[in-house]
Amino acid sequence: MRGRFALNRNLIQRLGFALLTLMAMATVIPILLVVGYILYKGLPAISWEFLTQFPTDGMRAGGIMPAIVGTVYLTILTTILCVPLGIAAAVYLAEYAPENNFTRSIRLALINLSGIPSVVYGLFGLGLFVVFMKLGTSILAASLTLSIMTLPVVISTAEEALRSVPQAFRTVSISLGATNWKTIRRIVLPEALPGIMTGVILGLERAVGETAPILFTGAVFYTPNLPTSPLSPTMALPYHLYVISTQVPEMPVEVQYGTALVLLVLVLGLNLVVTVIRSRARAKRQW
Amino acid sequence: METTVGWREYIITRVIRVSGYSAVVFVLLIFLFLLRSGLPALREVRLSELLTTRWYPIEGYYGILPLLTGSLIVTVGATLIAVPFGVGTAIFISEISPRSVREVLKPLVELLGGLPSVVLGFLGILIIAPYIRILLQLNTGLAAFTGALLLAAIAIPTVVSVSEDALDSVPRSYREGAWALGATRWQTIWRVTLPAARSGVLTAVLLGVGRAIGETMAVMMVTGNAPVMATHLGSLFSPARTMTATIAAEMGEVATGSTHYHVLFFVGIVLFLISLLVNLTASAVVFRRRKREERVLS
Repeated sequence: MRGRFALNRNLIQRLGFALLTLMAMATVIPILLVVGYILYKGLPAISWEFLTQFPTDGMRAGGIMPAIVGTVYLTILTTILCVPLGIAAAVYLAEYAPENNFTRSIRLALINLSGIPSVVYGLFGLGLFVVFMKLGTSILAASLTLSIMTLPVVISTAEEALRSVPQAFRTVSISLGATNWKTIRRIVLPEALPGIMTGVILGLERAVGETAPILFTGAVFYTPNLPTSPLSPTMALPYHLYVISTQVPEMPVEVQYGTALVLLVLVLGLNLVVTVIRSRARAKRQW
Repeated sequence: METTVGWREYIITRVIRVSGYSAVVFVLLIFLFLLRSGLPALREVRLSELLTTRWYPIEGYYGILPLLTGSLIVTVGATLIAVPFGVGTAIFISEISPRSVREVLKPLVELLGGLPSVVLGFLGILIIAPYIRILLQLNTGLAAFTGALLLAAIAIPTVVSVSEDALDSVPRSYREGAWALGATRWQTIWRVTLPAARSGVLTAVLLGVGRAIGETMAVMMVTGNAPVMATHLGSLFSPARTMTATIAAEMGEVATGSTHYHVLFFVGIVLFLISLLVNLTASAVVFRRRKREERVLS
């Protein structure tokens, strides 16, 4: 009786482990397939011309250069707008904020910000930046919208990085006569830098690929020229991919895959940078 | 200490403090501007008209129920897929797989989280929808189910990473205790580790649901965009249209300040409140657990 029970237990365990392994594989293998397939189908479309020319023939031929440039502009402006504010907010939460109800409400606000649907950010950007502040459909309005959406990611990862700096570092610095801010700027921030960078890039990764927030705040179907100022509307890669895969009849598939590949390379490139920063920081860390 | 602080330090501290408050300011601003453009909808269309089953703005029918049920059915479908696979993967990563496998799997799942939803939607149109049409013998592959599949893929990274954190934070002594009593690793996972991590896993599920409800592009591209009432689980296999997709698809073609514009903002308010509810619940679960732990430890 006992022996049979033990056998059953082991059998159940083996079956259970097999099931979980299968589930994990079913989750992970499609990811590799997706990336591999887009590489396979998209690479033939990539050429110098594809990356440097304006689209022609109603998006069906030519290149996607203005969309790439637009996404780069949006990303740079979003970074400029969101990173200083995000890091300052993280410093406040990690170093200054008292443990009280107000701080708790800041944390709740952060949780909610990170959960607000991206299309609602788009509505908000439309209401505040485009219409109320009269910025129009522009790179600036889109970047402002994206930067508020990115903010919670930057704040929470940066705060975690700041908190992981040992308390002793601060104690020593302050006991040597440094002020609070000097301690933060000379000791805590440099130590936390890799973690903060990770957060910033993770946030940008999200901003690069998002379509919904820029749909009505800055992205347009086609511009004959590159944007000349932050108040111009712009083409953008994710929006371009959306348009050419749903709105353009008889769109050549390879152009679609090529566009998807360029977008993927941008996002995965950022992802790779994060991985490298993390592993180098882990190797260097001595505490 | 305070008296020796110079004016520069004073200003910097002030700036940092104000930045720290920014999150609260932004949440309030977002809600305010949604209300500002969304509440006029209630003046122009009666609430009883909003709560009808016909969405056809061109002729002045603004019933948002089909959109609500569309979001609901797609989210339920996505949750049914994402929870078992997400939690299963988390258990596999945290409890079963050897370290080397874990080091490969974790970045891969993160990679999925980084894939832009428009890319998933694009593949959904070109590859998944045709397969689903043939496999399930539907009239069109652009159905709620296809959307649910993509949403599951989008929710899974959240579910995996949060549940894995929860499993990881279960003290090793719990497991060792169970093993010492003669439990197998499987029994330990099932009866000790998972129950101990259950509030974290619940948070993971809620956050996953939150992501699924709010997702826009992938859903818009593959669900067929037909605003029909979803009345039962079988509606998963016909076209549907979510609240997010409706806003994204129609806002571009609407005149600022028109009734349609206001109603779309009203839908935005509904979405905002739903995400608020889901996220507050998720964080309440976390806070409650922390309180309970404090009680147990003291």
